[in-house]
Amino acid sequence: MSASQLSTKHLLGIKYITKEDIQLIFETADNFKEVINRPIKKVPSLRDVTIANLFFENSTRTRISFELAEKRLSADVVNFSASSSSVKKGETLLDTVNNILSMKVDMVVMRHPAPGAPAFLAQHIDANIINAGDGTHEHPTQALLDAFSMREQLGDLKGKNIAIFGDILHSRVALSNIFCLKKLGANVKVCGPPTLIPKYIKDLGVEVSYNVKETLQWCDVANVLRIQLERQDIKYIPSIREYTQYFGINKALVDSLNKKIIIMHPGPINRGVELSGDVADSEHSIILKQVENGVAVRMAILFLLAGKR
Amino acid sequence: MKKGKVILEQERFVLTIDRLCHQLIEDYDDFSDACLIGIQLGGVLMANRIQQRLMDILGIKDILYGKLDITFYRDDFRTRTTPLKANTTEIDFLVEDKNVILVDDVLYTGRSVQAALTALQHYGRPKKVRLMTMVDRRFNRHLPIFSDYTGIRIDALDEAYVKVEWAEEGATDSILLFAEKK
Repeated sequence: MSASQLSTKHLLGIKYITKEDIQLIFETADNFKEVINRPIKKVPSLRDVTIANLFFENSTRTRISFELAEKRLSADVVNFSASSSSVKKGETLLDTVNNILSMKVDMVVMRHPAPGAPAFLAQHIDANIINAGDGTHEHPTQALLDAFSMREQLGDLKGKNIAIFGDILHSRVALSNIFCLKKLGANVKVCGPPTLIPKYIKDLGVEVSYNVKETLQWCDVANVLRIQLERQDIKYIPSIREYTQYFGINKALVDSLNKKIIIMHPGPINRGVELSGDVADSEHSIILKQVENGVAVRMAILFLLAGKR
Repeated sequence: MKKGKVILEQERFVLTIDRLCHQLIEDYDDFSDACLIGIQLGGVLMANRIQQRLMDILGIKDILYGKLDITFYRDDFRTRTTPLKANTTEIDFLVEDKNVILVDDVLYTGRSVQAALTALQHYGRPKKVRLMTMVDRRFNRHLPIFSDYTGIRIDALDEAYVKVEWAEEGATDSILLFAEKK
């Protein structure tokens, strides 16, 4: 049963939204998926809305996806990237945002390296805030598009087996995915080297495995994460080669399962490391569908938040 | 909701639908280059009924039929107090160069039809677009829009609410007038 509007005016994380919110976002995203497959992929709903994309961290995929979603809703878009900005001159986060808001911006999509930055902002400003990733905390839109893609393939996710592979410790995608899938009633298992799995992750209601083949055999969906080299200041794994030997997913492994499995990856893929090229391009993989769904899901979120008075 | 005043029901309702169908046949013959597009929600129910009746009368198996949802094209999205929920749009044929008969149950301010025309443009360029409505509330218009095929004209105050009920939904075929939308 879905609500008729969202219970919150921001999207800060999956942990703050309800199951009904998630269902509403999925239903609205179904409609937007139809829109982005039309000859003219635009609807005028957000024509009086201005949205600022504040990306304090590098991103290509998420930023383009959000920008496309905003433009397809006919919103006006303003982009801000930290590398070429006043942040280098030492301006505080609040000052940067308030300056932008004084130019009458209605919504803010923010990616920031500090966990909790969007939540902090939400306490101080009036605009709707969407978290596009805050450090190692959450990445709610990615989890929603992942779950939407799984639902497209499997239907209701209740009772389905979903496995997340890779660097769980540093992954905001993993955390948001776990929250979202648990809310939808799925069984979740994380699999990776023990050094990359947080100590108390079982408290979230997930199982832990260190065996890739067993986990692949168990799951209906394998969501494979990138090894996050840029977040690792100490050595968690001996080498990339060793990770690939023990935890990489390759064609031989997938073929040996002799069953239907869905392979997902939030991108960008380190081909040959966590996922081999031929698996990423195989008929099991829905990686490109995830990207298409990402625009539809983000359009749904922007539409629902903008309509919240 | 209080019980509304019945304007038209059952046999006279069916007679009106028949008359509308025959008006369409007069203009479009066997519907080889025409299509019906119903505006969600009420227009879809009506378009469905019209399509079925046309197929019965003409004895043909297929008339092109689509559903158009206008939620994303509404001009009151950001000023409303109540939330909006979208329905499905299903137009699995090309409207390019076709005679489109847009169908809605009640023509009130005309804003739904304006939204529908904008939405339709995003699917292609029809040869002609004509509007069919069951009810025309001719003095409540906000925009210069008129209906080409009308079931019945009802003159009512702005705040009055006209509802069309369909047998397909488990109700009786009827047009009801309420003093206000509650």
